Amino acid sequence: MQKTIITVVGKDAVGIIAKVCTYLANNQVNILDISQTIVGGYFNMMMIADTSTSNKTTEEVRHELHQIGQEIGVDIHVQHEGIFEMMHRI
Amino acid sequence: MITSLEVNETNAMIEHENLDVRTITLGISLLDCISSDLEELCRNIRVKILARAKDLVKVGQRISSAYGIPIVNKRISVTPIALVGGAACKSPEDFVRIAKTLDRCAKDVGVNFLGGYSALVSKHMTNADELLIRSIPEALAVTDRVCSSVNVGSTRTGINMDAVRLLGHIVKETAERTKERDSLGCAKLVVFCNAPDDNPFMAGAFHGVTEGDAVINVGVSGPGVVKHALESCRGADFEMLCETIKKTAFKITRVGQLVAKEASRLLGVPFGIVDLSLAPTPAVGDSVADILKEIGLEHPGAPGTTAALALLNDQVKKGGVMASSYVGGLSGAFIPVSEDQGMIEAVEAGALATRRRRRSPASSPTRWPWA
Repeated sequence: MQKTIITVVGKDAVGIIAKVCTYLANNQVNILDISQTIVGGYFNMMMIADTSTSNKTTEEVRHELHQIGQEIGVDIHVQHEGIFEMMHRI
Repeated sequence: MITSLEVNETNAMIEHENLDVRTITLGISLLDCISSDLEELCRNIRVKILARAKDLVKVGQRISSAYGIPIVNKRISVTPIALVGGAACKSPEDFVRIAKTLDRCAKDVGVNFLGGYSALVSKHMTNADELLIRSIPEALAVTDRVCSSVNVGSTRTGINMDAVRLLGHIVKETAERTKERDSLGCAKLVVFCNAPDDNPFMAGAFHGVTEGDAVINVGVSGPGVVKHALESCRGADFEMLCETIKKTAFKITRVGQLVAKEASRLLGVPFGIVDLSLAPTPAVGDSVADILKEIGLEHPGAPGTTAALALLNDQVKKGGVMASSYVGGLSGAFIPVSEDQGMIEAVEAGALATRRRRRSPASSPTRWPWA
């Protein structure tokens, strides 16, 4: 399993989750966990996904999601889980 | 499972508080390149550096993109050239040849800087050491990425005053030789005492003779992150202050440890150390002086500066030591006036100056013998 953290931050709009999830489904990325909040009209979503089953490399997923983010006006980051594990778990 | 709070905290550090990995430095021993023939020496150096460092920049970019953490510099440090070139170089010009070779290697593998155009003369100078030192102004004027350093003293041996005297002239000459480019040569030259063998930061990095054939050393930095954390505990007591610095240093250092381990694995080069240093950049919000102010100083230079700095260093080390399996390098705080916005402000405010201020005898109730 290759746990990857996907974060989406930006101004709230209709269909942000749909766009991201459709892309992930089309590329065989399994979603393990989702949490989402809206603070002051700003959309903030974090997803934990497994990219090991994907037909694309993590690098490609990162690049394509970034482009989707630009189209709908939000910032999408795809990061290896390792940095958060290292920083917040002993 | 990682929570969104933790993810947001990490990403805020990266995006808003300038958390970054300042450098991945690949240390390469050039001792096995030594030859009494200058041509052959330069050829050996080139072959070794290109072989060892060809993937360094690529690996750095790959790690940076995978974890979403900026890795600002990829660098190389080599064995002090005074040792490597001693047998082949009969004049300062010969040493400059080596500098040019190093510069070409650095450009070919795409690293930002290559350090190790160095001499270790804390006790005495060999002939080769002196030739290298005399070649520094020319070497730094004709190269772009080579960094030079001279260790002129150590706690054990004291200070080599002959070397200090010589370097006074060398520093001025280096400035003069690069005066059309803001005297940039001097930005690539460090003169220091107690130089560590595994320092990843420039311009003072070199690959000490006590090191192995190749090693990965990483320097992390995040003065903005420490400052931001301290903002949240304004008015609290010293215990809270120290705890906050420790916790933050731990988190910053963990990122360095992760990057170092990953770079070591991908390059097949042993992991050396993480350098726990707070190093500023001129960017606003990336200042060590601002941390000192957040601790409670009016400006760096004001009464209490040394105490605040000692407290900061102590707590950074205490927090960082547990976060990394090997800690080394300089592991302190770099606060160059030219690279820290808070320090620049302190100079402008008159709180910091290079000249010692004298009190006039009339206004001074006590006559200090050293004033």
